Amino acid sequence: MRVGLFIPCYVDQFYPQVGIATLELLEKLGCTVVYPPDQTCCGQPMANSGFEHLTGECTNLFVKNFNEFDYIVSPSGSCVLHIKEHSHETAGIHNKIYELVEFLTDILNIDHLDASFPYRVGLHQSCHGQRGLHLAQMSELMAPPFSKPAQLLNMVKKIQLIDLDRKDECCGFGGTFCVAEEAVSVKMGKDRVADHAKHGAEIITGSDMSCLMHLEGILRRQKSPVTVKHIAEILNSNIES
Amino acid sequence: MSSENHKDHAALAAKFNKDEARVDWHDQTLWFVRAKRDKAAAAVPDWELLRDTASRIKENVLSNLSEYLRQFEEAATRNGIMVHWAADAKEHNDIVLGILRKHKVDRMVKSKSMLTEECHLNEYLKENGVEVIDTDLGERVVQLADEPPSHIVLPCIHWKKEEIGQLFHEHLGTPEGNADPRFLTHAARLHLREKFLTRRAALTGVNFAVAETGEFVVCTNEGNADMGAHLADVHIACMGIEKLIPQRRHLGVFLRLLTRSATGQPITTYSSHFKRPRPGQEMHIVLVDNGRSTHLGRKDFRNSLKCIRCAACFNTCPVYRRSGGHSYHTAVAGPIGSILSPNLDRKKYSDLPFASTLCGSCSNVCPVKIDIHEQLYKWRQVIVQEGNAAAAKTAAMKTMTWVLSNPGVYHASGKAGRWFMLNVPFTVKNKWNAWYLQRELPEPPKQSFGQWYKKNRKV
Repeated sequence: MRVGLFIPCYVDQFYPQVGIATLELLEKLGCTVVYPPDQTCCGQPMANSGFEHLTGECTNLFVKNFNEFDYIVSPSGSCVLHIKEHSHETAGIHNKIYELVEFLTDILNIDHLDASFPYRVGLHQSCHGQRGLHLAQMSELMAPPFSKPAQLLNMVKKIQLIDLDRKDECCGFGGTFCVAEEAVSVKMGKDRVADHAKHGAEIITGSDMSCLMHLEGILRRQKSPVTVKHIAEILNSNIES
Repeated sequence: MSSENHKDHAALAAKFNKDEARVDWHDQTLWFVRAKRDKAAAAVPDWELLRDTASRIKENVLSNLSEYLRQFEEAATRNGIMVHWAADAKEHNDIVLGILRKHKVDRMVKSKSMLTEECHLNEYLKENGVEVIDTDLGERVVQLADEPPSHIVLPCIHWKKEEIGQLFHEHLGTPEGNADPRFLTHAARLHLREKFLTRRAALTGVNFAVAETGEFVVCTNEGNADMGAHLADVHIACMGIEKLIPQRRHLGVFLRLLTRSATGQPITTYSSHFKRPRPGQEMHIVLVDNGRSTHLGRKDFRNSLKCIRCAACFNTCPVYRRSGGHSYHTAVAGPIGSILSPNLDRKKYSDLPFASTLCGSCSNVCPVKIDIHEQLYKWRQVIVQEGNAAAAKTAAMKTMTWVLSNPGVYHASGKAGRWFMLNVPFTVKNKWNAWYLQRELPEPPKQSFGQWYKKNRKV
């Protein structure tokens, strides 16, 4: 199985360890992974700001880079959702692109992981992954619960998942919303962080680094001992104690 | 329409956030309502089926609106109701004033009607010498405070009981410092009773109008619409043309959804059917377009006319809870207001579709399944394409697109983060950078993932 690895621009530039963890994890699970070097961005930052009409070239570049693969996998629900909804259907991209978590649970169908992570962890359900890609049941709907990220985290030894008061409230990142609506964005982030801290989280994880970047910015400003880690980093960890 | 007094959600929300304790209180109060809604919805078997059914009925209404309107007019007229048509807010206001003048009425009671807020009826009547008393308790509170409602179901949700005690002390003469809700409600009751007994005209809103029977249903918890309408010689009911439902039996779907979605109650205390005037009474209904038929013609946005004004999207919205209704500077605030208002004035409300993280919670709680967050996204595209985006933003987006469309340019910086540090707003450490005001910047690593990959994997 040839997997094209899509590492979103800001992960490439700021969080290479998330890209490395994703790559190593997929390789461990038997995938042949290729990272097309000319990739840049999915176009979402522009589109969500109302400039979708400018993103044609970004999309074309994406299709050119990833067309050849059986699957395209990315450690970002938000970018994957954008590609799914905005790539030209003729290219067939939208049918073979997966966010990392759903690729592990739905395509590789993994039922165990050689991972160990001895920390108390809070799971942040990023909205685009959850409500857009249905990685987990949404609290608004009257339907049976499930959570693909929790399913994977529960395969990790020694991890303690904490509960939250509001299990799927938005963190307030929202792309350019984070600067355009700075006051509300920060307040939303502070409230998310407080919920995790109140329940004793040492680490906040999730499948979207953008949300975690925003929460990390707040945690570090608060000089909080709580840190963030992308779910790929936890699933790829082997920390005994 | 003009865009004088241009207001901006982000600036108004920032002002609201100056008092963080109050933001917490506002957020928790509305989250409590959202939690009550979840509990009430969970207690109904097949809640999702009910939403789906309601959505389909409303789709049918929108697709056959002109037919249903004619059917309704005919049936209502047969019942003895006088039916009026208003193309816009001004016509609506003139019709109401005309009816009042005909009866030489200069004082009127009014129960909750967001349509009259949309048309600014109170101000118009006041200018024309008619006194209007809002009889919904929450609306009376904001009316005494000379403010618009901040929420369509809970108009004074932004007021604390102590503040209402003070307001009532000033306006109704209650003892200073008394903030007991039961006492204050009783004081309001006595105050309003006198109005009900002495006003000859009453205006109500309409929750549902039944095309089949020509009747309309008004839902309140306080019985104030009934009290007003039953005591008045003239009952005027005002409704947007989208409030129709085809048949009376469809109420079984909508009445079950409305209040569970709104407040978590199984049903409103009063769900009153008005079908014909009682002997000696005059009953009028004003059917108002005010942009709705234009909206109906917009493929991407028409289904927002399915809205039954429950405000579930307000209560669940993490942005609304932390910015307050007034930050939306429009009659209908919250996520639904942000997709309805641009239809009325694209420039004045160009900020509203951006007052969202597109988290999607609104679309999930909506009892008629309006794709609210998708419409927010689509309005952003329309607003930018029509030239309502700031020039600086447009330039920044063009640069960003150019870099991200050209791998050579993207990689040219050579060193991880350099381009981002120069071009992405949240990566500059200064007080003009909105990211850095209350958040640390990500620490740039020694190398990008691309550089690491080149060194560590055979390319």
